[in-house]
Amino acid sequence: MVNIAEALDNIRLLDALGEEKSTVHALHPLAKLFVTLVFLIIVISFSKHEISALLPMVLFPTIIITLADLPVLPLMKRVLIVLPLVIGIGIFNPLLDHRPMVSLGAITLSYGWISFISIMIKCLLTVITSLILIATTGMTNIALALRKLKVPKIFVLQLLLTYRYITVLMEEVILTTTAYALRSSGIKGIHFKHWGSLLGQLLIRTIDRAQRVYTSMCCRGFDGNYNTGTMPTLVAKDYIFMLFWTLFFIITRSFNLPMLLGTILTGVYP
Amino acid sequence: MHMADALITPIVGGTMWISTAGIATYSIKKLRLNLDEKKVPLMGVMGAFVFAAQMINFTIPGTGSSGHIGGGLLLAIILGPYAGFLTMASILTIQALFFADGGLLSLGCNIINLGFYTCFITYPYIYKRILNKGYTRLRLFTAAMIASIIGLQLGSFSVVIETLLSGKTELPFSSFLLLMQPIHLAIGIIEGLVVASVVDFIWNTKSEIIENTAINKPIGVIGFKKILIILIIITALTGGILSRFASSNPDGLEWSMFKVSGQEELEANGPLYETLSTLQTKTAFLPDYAFKNTEVDKSTSFAGLVGGFLTLLLVLSMGFILKRFKKRKKVNC
Repeated sequence: MVNIAEALDNIRLLDALGEEKSTVHALHPLAKLFVTLVFLIIVISFSKHEISALLPMVLFPTIIITLADLPVLPLMKRVLIVLPLVIGIGIFNPLLDHRPMVSLGAITLSYGWISFISIMIKCLLTVITSLILIATTGMTNIALALRKLKVPKIFVLQLLLTYRYITVLMEEVILTTTAYALRSSGIKGIHFKHWGSLLGQLLIRTIDRAQRVYTSMCCRGFDGNYNTGTMPTLVAKDYIFMLFWTLFFIITRSFNLPMLLGTILTGVYP
Repeated sequence: MHMADALITPIVGGTMWISTAGIATYSIKKLRLNLDEKKVPLMGVMGAFVFAAQMINFTIPGTGSSGHIGGGLLLAIILGPYAGFLTMASILTIQALFFADGGLLSLGCNIINLGFYTCFITYPYIYKRILNKGYTRLRLFTAAMIASIIGLQLGSFSVVIETLLSGKTELPFSSFLLLMQPIHLAIGIIEGLVVASVVDFIWNTKSEIIENTAINKPIGVIGFKKILIILIIITALTGGILSRFASSNPDGLEWSMFKVSGQEELEANGPLYETLSTLQTKTAFLPDYAFKNTEVDKSTSFAGLVGGFLTLLLVLSMGFILKRFKKRKKVNC
């Protein structure tokens, strides 16, 4: 997350997507949060040498992306940015574990490679699904769901305020660093001498801004409560959504469906 | 240093989530006692500030590279440890949601690794202890530097422990440690310098901002020991209870399956299995492809490969068909 303009772009995209209307967007935020968490828990609970059994889990993001009309490329781009971190740790598995696990003709894959591929698939699935949650729900609705889960209002309010001001402060940082860059040719980044004053000035401005924010909140009747409006209740479709996917995930976790399919089609009993 | 979901197990993730929730609840309780709802907007805007400031490149003198700040220590200095911890938690939540920087299940790990050690260990026990003797520039730089370095060392050590406990990597403990700690030593030095420069600047221009939290007011004797004990108890308890579920089996799901069905793995027996196997002999499109009598390993791999490939194909075409169907519906409307 180095490029600030890109980060800003990403937040705006996800924010805009969260405002869209679709069957998935219409679901209760709590139902989506619940299914997402179950999905993530089930995905990471698969053993580290499991690949085929994991694959049916791809169904969930595929269906949601399609139903919610989400653009695939920007989401995949995020995965690509996160992937190197996971590869960095995962790549040691094929280097350290050479025991052969499966052989397909002339190719023999070691335990290390299998676990590496498994980590990659898990990374892809978990990252995409987390992004899908925010892209189909939006931050305000996530906050609603958190309040419904009895998360203290101080935290939820604080989370929303941080979120609200991220774009504002990012713009301010862009302005400041651009102004700095324009006046200091040949220096990449911020010179050591100016670390304190640059960040310090930004910090002082931020605190002044917070004071203004607080004053205007008080002028508008802020009494420590964040009024989120009426909370929609969970209806039948939300329960069906939760039940269907939870069942699907549990079945996928309990039986190796692709192996079953492969066995039926090839006539080979493992 | 953000942990990803793919590298942890539900037990490690769950334990850290519960520990985080415990510390957050305690912090909120403390905040409610001392505060002033005034601090909430400041926390919110400061969170956004750190979020944005993390993206500034600070050029490291003498090298071509640049460093970034983590923000935990700076937040603790400006807001105090409780509000600092909560603010760090919300920054990490937003990063997980919007940037997939650290996953949702590993969020607990990340909040502990990046928020807890700086706000509850190095800030009160190192930074404040050194500066309590009175403010000098040297003391400030020493305090910020040591606090940052130790905070990051503890954080990266946690990453190693959490990853190894999850068992997803084959890296031995010592190599992993050697890989993580030196890098974070360098990062810690830069962070310490940035934090010290900022605090020094603020001290000279608008000292009232940090007077309350940084130097004059003692945070009080209570709190930190208590919070450490709470953390240890929670971690030990949840870790213990959760790993109980997992100890006899690789994971809790198999354990629950055992409880539900009375057997660890659902065996293929009974009429359904009979029907399936008859169906199988009829539908097998490669019936002569009999690995059956050769190597079991190869045959399973083959069945797995075919099945896996078909599953993916099936899943993706379902998405495709759904899309076509939706488009047609739209046109009809």
